[in-house]
Amino acid sequence: MTTYVLRRLVLMMPVAFLVTVGVFMLIHLSPGDPALVILGEDRTPDAIAQVHRDLGLDRPLYVQYGIWASRIVRGDWGRSITTHEPVWSAITDRLPATLELGIAALLWSLAVAIPLGTIAAVRRGSIVDRVATGVAVFGVSVPNFFIGIVLIFVLSVTARIFPFGGYVPLAQDPLESLRHVALPAIALGTAGTAINMRFTRSSMIEVLNLDYIRTARAKGNSWRRVVFIHALKNALIPVVTIVGLQIGGIIEGAVVTETVFTWPGVGRLAVESIYNRDYTVVQGVVLLAAFSYMFANLAVDLLYGWLDPRISYA
Amino acid sequence: MSNAPAIVAAQTPVRRRRVALLELARKNRGVVVGLVLVGALFLAALLSPVISPHDPIATAPDEAYLPPLAPGHILGTDELGRDQLSRVLWGARVSLPVAFVAVAVGLVGGGLIGIVSGYAGGVADLVLMRLVDALLAFPALILAIALVAALGPNLRNAMIAIGIVAVPVYARLIRAVVLQLKQMEFVVATRSLGATPIRLIVRHLIPNLMNPVLVQLSLSAGFAILAEAVLSFLGLGAQPPTPDWGQMITIGRTFLPNDPWLAIVPGIAISIAVYSFNLLGDSLRDALDPRLRD
Repeated sequence: MTTYVLRRLVLMMPVAFLVTVGVFMLIHLSPGDPALVILGEDRTPDAIAQVHRDLGLDRPLYVQYGIWASRIVRGDWGRSITTHEPVWSAITDRLPATLELGIAALLWSLAVAIPLGTIAAVRRGSIVDRVATGVAVFGVSVPNFFIGIVLIFVLSVTARIFPFGGYVPLAQDPLESLRHVALPAIALGTAGTAINMRFTRSSMIEVLNLDYIRTARAKGNSWRRVVFIHALKNALIPVVTIVGLQIGGIIEGAVVTETVFTWPGVGRLAVESIYNRDYTVVQGVVLLAAFSYMFANLAVDLLYGWLDPRISYA
Repeated sequence: MSNAPAIVAAQTPVRRRRVALLELARKNRGVVVGLVLVGALFLAALLSPVISPHDPIATAPDEAYLPPLAPGHILGTDELGRDQLSRVLWGARVSLPVAFVAVAVGLVGGGLIGIVSGYAGGVADLVLMRLVDALLAFPALILAIALVAALGPNLRNAMIAIGIVAVPVYARLIRAVVLQLKQMEFVVATRSLGATPIRLIVRHLIPNLMNPVLVQLSLSAGFAILAEAVLSFLGLGAQPPTPDWGQMITIGRTFLPNDPWLAIVPGIAISIAVYSFNLLGDSLRDALDPRLRD
C-alpha cells in the first residue's frame, strides 16, 4: 500500500509540473502587457519598466517560472494586482464559504440520489425507474445557473421562503446559515444528483444480480434488508469514486453558482478577478482548483482499494 | 466515457455495423428522439433568418417587457422591445457553431494525439499522455474560464477554450481504441502485407473508430453548448447585442422579480439543446454497448 501511494505520488510529479507550467503561462497567454493593467492610466515608460522589474517580467521565461514556482512551493502565491492582498489569504478567507456550499450541495445530492437510484434499480423498467432515469439525463443538461435563477424566482422572490443571496457562517448562526445555503446548494447539487443517481442505479443493478444476494434472500432475509443492508453497501463503492471527484471539483461548480447567489466564496473571487484582470489571483484559484482535483483523484483511487479489498495495488 | 462501444466497434466489420446502427436507431427510442431534437436544433439555426418573426437585434422601446403570448410576440419581448422568440431562434445560430467548432478542435487535436500515442507507443506515448494528464488535471470549466480570461473574452476564444478542454477526452478515448485495434488480426495481417502506417491508420483504424467517437461527439457537443452558455453568462463569451442564450440569462436575471420570462425562456432553450445532444449520446452508447442492453 505504502509503495503504491509513493508510486502514485511520483507519477503525479510530471503532471503537477506541467500543471504549474500551464498556470504560469496563463498570464503570458493574455494579450497586452500586465504592467499596463496594473498601472492603468498612470503609465510612464519608467513606471512600466519598474513594474516589469518588480514582477520579473524582464527576465527569461524559464527564470520567471523558476522564481514563481519556488515561491508557490514556499506558500508565497504572490499579491493581488488590484488589492495588493496576498493571494493565499484572499483565497483561504473565502474558502470556508465555498466549502460550506460544496458540502451542502453534495449532501443534498446524495440524500436524493441514493434512495432514488436504489428504488430505480430495484424496480427496473417501472414507471419510477423511467421517470428517474429520464429526469437524470435532463438534470445534467440544465445549467446550474439557470436552476439557481428559477429557484430564486420561485422560492425567494415569489414565495419568500428562502433569502436571496448572502452568506452566514455556520458557526455564527447555524439555522440562518442553512437557510442561506439551501438554494445555492440545490442549484449546485442538481447535476451531481443526476450523475450520482445513475451511478447508484447501474451499480445496484449489477450487485442485485450477484449470487450472494440470492443466497442472502434464500437464507430468509427480507427483500428490504437484502437491498439496503447487503446490496447497497457494495453498490455504493463506484459511487464513492464519482463523489470523490465531485469533492475535488467543488471550486469548479462554485464559480457560477456563487456568482448567481452573490456567495462570497473562491468561485466568485475568481470571476471578480477575471473582470479586474487580476491575473495573480486567477492563477492562484486555477492552481488550487487543479491541485484539489488531482488529489481528489488520488484519494478516490486509494479509498476505492480500501473499500473493495479485491482491488490490488500491485 | 466507457470504451466498451469501442470493443464492439472493433469486432464488427464497418459496413455491417452501419446497417446495425440503423437497426439500433429503430429499436432504441432514445436515439430517434435525440436525432429528431438535434435535427430540429440544426433546422432552427439554419432557418432562423427565414422563420424568425422579427429582427433579433432591432429594438422597439414601445414594445418592451411584453409578456409571453402577447400579440405578435409569442415568447414576449425583452427590456429593449426585442422579440424573445426571434432572439432564441438566432441564439441557436450562435450556440451550435460554437459547439461545432469546439468539438472539431477537440476531435482533431485529441484524435491526432490519440492515434500517434496509441500507434507509436514508446516515448511519444509517454510524453503525449503526460500532457493529456496535465490537461485532465484541470476541472473542465475552470480550464475553459481560465483560457478565455487569458485570451480575452469573445466568442472565438470561447470556442478555442472549449475545444482545448475536449482534447484530452478524445485523446484518451482514441488512444484506448487504437491500442485495442492494434492487437487485432486484421491489423496485424494488413501490416504484414506491407501497408504503410498512414494507409493502415486512414483505411483501417479511423473507420473503426467511428462508433465510439460518434457517442463522444454527441456528448461533447452537449458539454460545449453548456460551457458556452456559462462563459457567456459570466460575460466571457458572446458580447451584446449578439442574441446569445447565456448572455440573455445574464441580462434577464436583473429583471427577475417583474419579468421572469426574460431569463427563463433562454434557460429553457439551453436546457433543451444540451438535453438533445446528451440524450442522443447516451442512447447511442446504450445502443452500441451490449452490456447495457436489456
